[in-house]
Amino acid sequence: MTSPPTNCWQNYYTPETVAEAVALLQRYDGQARVIGGGTDLVVEIRRGLHRPVTAMVDASRIAGLDAITEENGYIMMGCGVTHSQIVRNAQIIDRGTCLAESCSVIGGPQVRNVGTLAGNVAHALPAGDGTIGLLALGGEIEVAGIDGTRWMAVEDSFRGPGKSRIDRHREVLTRLRFRPTGMREGSAHHRVMRPQGLCLPIISMAVRLQLDDGNTITETRISMGPVGPVPYLAKPAIEVLVGNTASDELFSKAADVALSSVSLRASKYRASHEYRAQMVRTFLPAILARAVARATTAKAVPKGTGS
Amino acid sequence: MSRLRMIVNDTAVDLDVPESRYLSEVLRKDLQLTGTKIGCNEAECGICSVLVNGTPVVSCVYPAFKAQGARVETIESLSRNGALHPLQQAFLDHGAVQCGICTPGLIMTAKGLVDEKAAAGEPVTEDDIGIALKDTYCRCTGYRSVIRAILQASGQDVPPLLPATQPAGESVGKPVPNLDARAKITGSAQYTDDYRFAGMLHARTKRAGVPHARIRSIDTSAARALDGVHAVLTHEDVPGSNLHGLVINDWPVLCGDKVRYVGDAVAIVAADSEEVAAAALELIEVDYEELPAVVDATEAARADAPLVHEERADGNLLKHIEVNKGDVAAGFAAADVVVDQTYRTPATEHAFLEPECSIGVPAGYNPESFDGSCDPDASRGETAKHDKTTVYVGSQIPYQDRDQTAAALGVEPDSVRIVATLTGGGFGGKEDITGQIHVALLAEATRRPVKMLYSRQESLLVHPKRHATVIRIRTGATRAGKLTAVEATLYGDGGAYASLSEKVLTRATTHAAGPYDVPHVKVDCFAMYTNNAPSGAFRGFGVTQSCFAVESNMDMLAEKLGLDAVEFRRMNALDIGAVTSTGQVLRESVGLQECIDKVDRDMRDGDFCWSWEEGERRFAWGMAVGYKNTGLGGGAPDKASAEVEVWLDPDRGPLAEVRTSSAEMGQGLPAVLAACVAEELGIPFGAVSVLLGDTDYCPDGGPTTASRQTFVSGNAARLAARDVAQQLDAAAGDPSMSLTGKLTHAMESGISALAQHEYWAPETQALGSGGDMHFAFGFCAQAALCEIDMNTGEVHVRKIIAAHDVGRAINPLTLAGQIEGGIVMCIGYALTEHYIQEQGKPWTNVMARYKMPSIQHTPAITSHIVEHNTSTGPYGAKGIGELPSIPTSAAITNAIYRATGVRMRSLPVDQDELLRAIRAGATEVELAWGDLEPIPVVALGGEQ
Repeated sequence: MTSPPTNCWQNYYTPETVAEAVALLQRYDGQARVIGGGTDLVVEIRRGLHRPVTAMVDASRIAGLDAITEENGYIMMGCGVTHSQIVRNAQIIDRGTCLAESCSVIGGPQVRNVGTLAGNVAHALPAGDGTIGLLALGGEIEVAGIDGTRWMAVEDSFRGPGKSRIDRHREVLTRLRFRPTGMREGSAHHRVMRPQGLCLPIISMAVRLQLDDGNTITETRISMGPVGPVPYLAKPAIEVLVGNTASDELFSKAADVALSSVSLRASKYRASHEYRAQMVRTFLPAILARAVARATTAKAVPKGTGS
Repeated sequence: MSRLRMIVNDTAVDLDVPESRYLSEVLRKDLQLTGTKIGCNEAECGICSVLVNGTPVVSCVYPAFKAQGARVETIESLSRNGALHPLQQAFLDHGAVQCGICTPGLIMTAKGLVDEKAAAGEPVTEDDIGIALKDTYCRCTGYRSVIRAILQASGQDVPPLLPATQPAGESVGKPVPNLDARAKITGSAQYTDDYRFAGMLHARTKRAGVPHARIRSIDTSAARALDGVHAVLTHEDVPGSNLHGLVINDWPVLCGDKVRYVGDAVAIVAADSEEVAAAALELIEVDYEELPAVVDATEAARADAPLVHEERADGNLLKHIEVNKGDVAAGFAAADVVVDQTYRTPATEHAFLEPECSIGVPAGYNPESFDGSCDPDASRGETAKHDKTTVYVGSQIPYQDRDQTAAALGVEPDSVRIVATLTGGGFGGKEDITGQIHVALLAEATRRPVKMLYSRQESLLVHPKRHATVIRIRTGATRAGKLTAVEATLYGDGGAYASLSEKVLTRATTHAAGPYDVPHVKVDCFAMYTNNAPSGAFRGFGVTQSCFAVESNMDMLAEKLGLDAVEFRRMNALDIGAVTSTGQVLRESVGLQECIDKVDRDMRDGDFCWSWEEGERRFAWGMAVGYKNTGLGGGAPDKASAEVEVWLDPDRGPLAEVRTSSAEMGQGLPAVLAACVAEELGIPFGAVSVLLGDTDYCPDGGPTTASRQTFVSGNAARLAARDVAQQLDAAAGDPSMSLTGKLTHAMESGISALAQHEYWAPETQALGSGGDMHFAFGFCAQAALCEIDMNTGEVHVRKIIAAHDVGRAINPLTLAGQIEGGIVMCIGYALTEHYIQEQGKPWTNVMARYKMPSIQHTPAITSHIVEHNTSTGPYGAKGIGELPSIPTSAAITNAIYRATGVRMRSLPVDQDELLRAIRAGATEVELAWGDLEPIPVVALGGEQ
């Protein structure tokens, strides 16, 4: 058997400014990479899934980027913000409920205490739970590189399974933001797992929706994974919902449309195609209904913090 | 190298260490804070958890320089000036410490929670604990005691939950923490990897990587030439026997001609560091001619199957085991109802949280030769001189380790010494040789101490697993509900080497009619060699497998007969006077009926319903019973020796030490031995110390297997103590004299207060002879309340009611822990665990792919103790180690059937398949999680 490499890097930096982080990456010219909490990255490197690098640039300790704030109508999260911070943040529980729910099911508590949402998004797994939650909320991310910073929609950051458009050898995902849910808006997330030796979701789904006073859906976003190479924004299902009155029938139709718009795969030891499809049929309507309940009662009670 | 500054346990540290370090490495290697343990290096098991700025993190994947400037707390920080932290005290009080390897991680994770809640002024709830400890695993306790301990430590009044037992003696029958528990909760307990000898090298093993191949050549020249490499050894360098084994010597120390599974050892390397040793492995060139592999027990039986051991006359048949009682044809002719079903059980992994580690020390070693300090009075450990080749290892069978190591070295057994270190879980998985011989060879080759620590991934690859089986079982009963006949065929996948296959599958076979009075029984079992990982001992020892089949059939029969499942079992349960399948007449200590009664009464308490619905969730009870022999049985000489020495301490009065080389792996043996000796001598429990597993200082206690140590070593300790007492009486001439008086007298007269007793368990008879195959059996009944989510097929066990006939409870606290832990382990067998191999290569190659039950799987457990004393066990006791993990899986699948109408024919339950069956209205599920092929068709009647 091959031995897992123990020296996964030679130098480890904890820059205090974005400029310092970007400069380090430039200095190493592709031989350094950004690390957030490292809870996925380190495990993957130890398993030989990434080439070793000369240097790690730790983005979790940049000054000012370790907090959750409200700015210009956004809830803003620095790249050092951990899943645990999100799960406990009253604003996010109340006005970004599906993100609190999705971050609460990531790993175990020790991983959530260290792992960051920025890392989850940059990892670009097809069903990263935090990513699914942020995607439904219409989240955006800020990327800093040698040419400055830019904001992009979360959905524009994926290139393939585990591949982000952010070049983690040259760029830093510095901040994440979303517009909090307001009056007659709600969101919800649900994930189906199995208890056996597979840490990946069978299906992870999140929704955000807004109702008018007649319970017509005026705006919605639905995210799902894994249903393809990257986290999926289910536009055909969204189109089915917008302009129609919230109802169980409508939600079931949305689930069917969502299913017909993707080609679900069977994954060995994880889920059959039929099982995945059944979970979408069961739980997409369920989280839509939960989001409606939250929108109409203005009460967001997330489903616990970590199952 | 760079400066790393942290506050560790309130002390500022400033280290010059490589920036590639993980926090766990800095703590263990640079700061010698070895209380933080490593279980997987994958962020999966959580036992390495420490607090960084008050927050629990897994230190094994936490880059050390991430903690630059941070405040780090480890287990060593908790007790100050000898006073225990409330969490430590609570873990002691509740018996929440067994093997102890996960204890520091559990306590530190819990501390994060308790501190956070205290700061917020909120109480800690059981839900909070379930969330906080979700990913901090424990393989021993089953978590119930851990939950209660944390609640107590958070300031709530939660007393230890102790089962009612018969009145205690002075020591026997009293609940006490195990003797090593205090060291384990403070982080001072030393496991093998915590030892660091002066001049020590690090070793790694070159593994085959292919399941079946002929070796054309092995070239180690490049590896030998690598800087920092001290030795590279192959089969040519084994001076003595190159084959080892517990029953049959068929397992190469280092393969020379052929490899038979992917984990086979081909070469070993000792080097200055693990990194250099690992690099050297990459430089070893092995040229293989790959051979077709046989990876299934039923296929291995075919005439055209590839042969695993060509030289064997029986092909791949390791052993055909038969049980015959009465005339099954007549039995089935008398049956009104027959159920004939085939089941499959998976290979499973012990997942003890301490991976295997051995340290070899060469004969003549003096630490001073390597600038270490030497204590001339030390008899073992880093500061001692070593006059023999010595192996430090957490092992279940020290004397057999010694004999097998000596055979490989080509020396007499007493030229080798085994020193048993604390063992971080075993469960049967530390009976076979792993690194013991390798480190002895390397130590002698390099004249240096050599440590070989397996990575978790290597541990998964190498050590024997629980046998995967296919079991066809046909059960017949009369309309009135009396069993008339059982006929069964079992195929067991023994893997590449014999290990304990013959013994394990004999137990599966002899127990294949269940703990029932069945007049006609015919069972044939075929233990087969394959190119899978070897199979060996695992808690339950084959009976866990056959019980699943037996008890599934019993529920099916009860339903067909229209009988209550409990009543049907009660009608057929073994009792005194009954005859087992092997022809043994039971004469005493058969508490099965009482176990069934206790569980049944509890289960039916209140508004009892076998099953009900709540929205999309269905609930149902399922029931199963089990039994398990105590001791080796089958005619094997079953003995244990213990030595007891008593002396007078000027301050403390009479003290005693009991010595035996039986193994403690968390089950609580030291406290049992101490209780027996204290009881016998009439001295306080605290006046007895226990020394285990040093083959130069402790007589042979035999293997720690077959739930035998309480019985055999308990008896040996008790009788050795009695011998000492008699010696003292004789010397004093006045038995009424106080022990202090007698000891004073003995000292003055130069009379020894030391005795060794070799205890022989009652003789047993070989299978087939019809006599007493075993000297005692433990019995149990368990009921499981399960919840099935009809939307997802997910299964949760909500409650277990259990009753176990243990003969006599020597220590109710550790006994409760054994039972809870065994039950939760068997929940894993039913619902989560499967060691998956694909064409002889493990898919389960990382911890992330093997989920044992977490704290979130642990149900409420009500545990009754039944005490039908044995006449020969110590104070009436018999074994308990394995019994609790036998019937739980069948109780669970019986509950699933009652809830959904779907019968599970294989384990572990796959929610995907279960939901498919529910939605399709099907009545059974054939595939378990991890199965890709249907269950093979198996013939009854003994024809292979």
